[in-house]
Amino acid sequence: MLKLLPLIPLFPLISSILLMVTLGKMPKKFVAILGAGSVGLAAVTTLLVGLAFMESGQPYHQVLWTWMQVGNFSPDIAFYLDGLTLVMMSVITGVGFLIHLFSTEFMEDDVSVSRYFAYLNMFVFAMLILVMADNLLLLYLGWEGVGACSYLLVGFWYQNPENGAAARKAFVVTRIGDAAMAVGLFLLFTELGTLDIQPMAEAAKTQWQVGDTVPVIACLLLLGGAVGKSAQLPLHTWLPDAMAGPTPVSALIHAATMVTAGVYLIARTHELFLLAPPAMLAVALVGLITSLMAAFTALNQHDIKRILAYSTISQIGYMFLALGVGAWAAGIFHLVTHAFFKALLFLAAGAVIHCLHHEHNIFKMGGLRTRLPVVFWSFLIGSAALAALPFTSGFFSKDMILLQAYELPGAGPWLWAGGLLGALLTAIYSFRLVFVVFFGEAKMEPDKLPGIRMALPLSLLCVLSIIGGWFALPLSSVFPAAGDHHPSHLIEGISISIPLIGLAIAYLIFLGGQLKVDGLVNSNIGQVLKKFWFSGWAMDWLYDKLWVRPYKFLAYILRRECMDDIYNTIVKFCQFLFMVLSRTQTGRLRWYATSMVFGLILVIALLQGAI
Amino acid sequence: MLELILFYMASTIALVSTILALTRANATHALIYLILSLLAVAVIFYLIGAPFAAALEVVIYAGAIMVLFIFVIMMLNLGEKGDRREKQLLKPKVWIVPEILALIIKFELVLDLSQSTPATTQGLVTSKQVGLTLFGPYVLAVEIASMLLLAGLVGAYHLGRRYLEEGREK
Amino acid sequence: MDGVNIPLDHVLLLSALLFICGLLGLMMRRNIIFILVSLEVMLNSSAVAFVAAGARWGQADGQIVFMMILAVAAAEVAVGLGLVLQIQRRFKSLDMDDANRMQG
Repeated sequence: MLKLLPLIPLFPLISSILLMVTLGKMPKKFVAILGAGSVGLAAVTTLLVGLAFMESGQPYHQVLWTWMQVGNFSPDIAFYLDGLTLVMMSVITGVGFLIHLFSTEFMEDDVSVSRYFAYLNMFVFAMLILVMADNLLLLYLGWEGVGACSYLLVGFWYQNPENGAAARKAFVVTRIGDAAMAVGLFLLFTELGTLDIQPMAEAAKTQWQVGDTVPVIACLLLLGGAVGKSAQLPLHTWLPDAMAGPTPVSALIHAATMVTAGVYLIARTHELFLLAPPAMLAVALVGLITSLMAAFTALNQHDIKRILAYSTISQIGYMFLALGVGAWAAGIFHLVTHAFFKALLFLAAGAVIHCLHHEHNIFKMGGLRTRLPVVFWSFLIGSAALAALPFTSGFFSKDMILLQAYELPGAGPWLWAGGLLGALLTAIYSFRLVFVVFFGEAKMEPDKLPGIRMALPLSLLCVLSIIGGWFALPLSSVFPAAGDHHPSHLIEGISISIPLIGLAIAYLIFLGGQLKVDGLVNSNIGQVLKKFWFSGWAMDWLYDKLWVRPYKFLAYILRRECMDDIYNTIVKFCQFLFMVLSRTQTGRLRWYATSMVFGLILVIALLQGAI
Repeated sequence: MLELILFYMASTIALVSTILALTRANATHALIYLILSLLAVAVIFYLIGAPFAAALEVVIYAGAIMVLFIFVIMMLNLGEKGDRREKQLLKPKVWIVPEILALIIKFELVLDLSQSTPATTQGLVTSKQVGLTLFGPYVLAVEIASMLLLAGLVGAYHLGRRYLEEGREK
Repeated sequence: MDGVNIPLDHVLLLSALLFICGLLGLMMRRNIIFILVSLEVMLNSSAVAFVAAGARWGQADGQIVFMMILAVAAAEVAVGLGLVLQIQRRFKSLDMDDANRMQG
């Protein structure tokens, strides 16, 4: 059964190639069956392989062929299956299949549905390569592959130039991180002599001591790649703009899978990070600060997808926090539950948008509770999980992260407190969303209701969002065991009550109206803060001033090609000489003869040594 | 002693006739002077011990090449008008710059010659010697010369055709 | 008939003077026939220098080069006179200053 492993990425690849080469001439029905079916097949195969893996319990390594051989560097096309890979594959194929199914209805009316599924399948293929790769070079191939697919899908509706700009922004910003990651890979290869993940980890353990400089630098470079891909500070600005793509794309790429690639990368190379405590601390701080900033920003947005985008950034911040404090399993656990409930939220948002003439502004919605009941329950469950209300999946994973953060010696309680603040904000903004969109008076009438192909994935994801916390992920063999923790009841109590407090605050402000914050918001400082947070802490403005403008200015200065001027001067000089010398060509033979005699005189004089 | 006297006489004739050749207005007169100059040079060749070269000078230079010139001049049919025009062009001011340059070169060459060690010619080089050398070490040069003459022949034939001009006017 | 007594310097001086005469003619005359004549004079003067040098060492090589010069002169005159005919046909003149279309 384990031998079926290469089939899993093969299915989406074949489907994608078929969809590409048929140039959209395939009937739409067939496109949908092929696009969603291939990922479904991959999901089934994953299930079979997963069962076989559970039986054997041993990591499985399969070499397909040698990719290239340069000197002593010979990366293979090889897959490595262990608990972490299996978890990621399940998320990608499982959630991916549900999103594909949802897409078949969501994209029904789009003319280029074939192109859409070709990109989406290609993305699934690249993402599978990323998580299944046995060496970091193949991982990097998948890493770049998902980046390219993300670019293509964000700019899917390319007729609108803004979407193209958003796609370019996503591509360029992640490219910065990718460049750092590539440098990190070079460093690792020159230092350790291999990029195969398992031998590399072994070599690192024997070659480096905890706290050496080289692993710190290497890990920081890998972190650079991770923050780019996972939209963490300071490279997070692309994700909100990436919402220009179709909503299922946001669900799959920008919530469930691709943006968590950074988390996966750090978890995959955790043995390197364990050798670099400063890098770990950097991971934790990046995660915490990002999560708080994004949460504050999410409070102020009114575009339903941007709220979810900032929420995604914030939740991935939690995952980074978990990785940074060494709670590897908790981070991956949160990745999985987040994939469930954030995909659910995005799909529900997609359903709302789909049914409301592509309306994005939450303040133009309202009262949808009775009109779109399936979507309402999906959204409610998703928000509950996001806010980590007790006994939802998000509660278990977030609780695990916060408790392990608390137990980190030194900065632990501070990180814990920051995380709690974030959790409070998360509860407030997620229920603000629910209350504003689904309660209150109706402002718009939905023109259609979600069909079965939308409702089914939503329902399944609802179930997963609730029970996802009770899964035991097979991660114990991958990560070092977390120490036994015996949190005091007080700490646990606070953790449980914080989301409930947030829910209450959101209720009081947005639904009950008992808590009047208008005065506070309308005060001077409130307005300034609101603007500041609305713009995402003015990061776009800052980067525009800091990088984009100087770059454009430089391009403006250099638009005439300074180097050309040098060559043009040579050309001008030659032309001048030509002008002068062509005057000597009089066409008169005697003049030529006389000139030659001048030369003759000089030559004879030179030969005689007179000059 | 007789040879020396003969040599200086021949040299004088060669120089004078050359100068006269180059200053005539009439091309035919000029060619007659040039032939005279070439004959004088042939005498010099004979005197310095190169009778074969002297014979060639008379036969080919003074004979064949000059006849070629004269044929062409006859074909051109220049007449009196050309002579008058040539006379006008030989004004003294035309002479000045070339004369200065020529004097400089003359000064340089004489300076050069005055620095050389004195030597005299070594006597007779027979035509047998010349023939042996020509078809011995220099046989390749003979081949090259034959090529050159063939090229000259083809070139002259091509340039001499009338339809070159007629083709242009069509 | 030994010719031993003639000083080489004098022969070479004659050669130089002849050459300068040719050079003067070349610089001075505008008639193409006289230009060709000047070229002949210059070639001939160099031939004198070669033969004299050969005679200085009693070797035949100088005369071999003289024959090469003869071949060059013959070919040059043949082509040159062909050109003279063409120029006369085309410009109705032998003045080289009339044929000055190739200029910068």
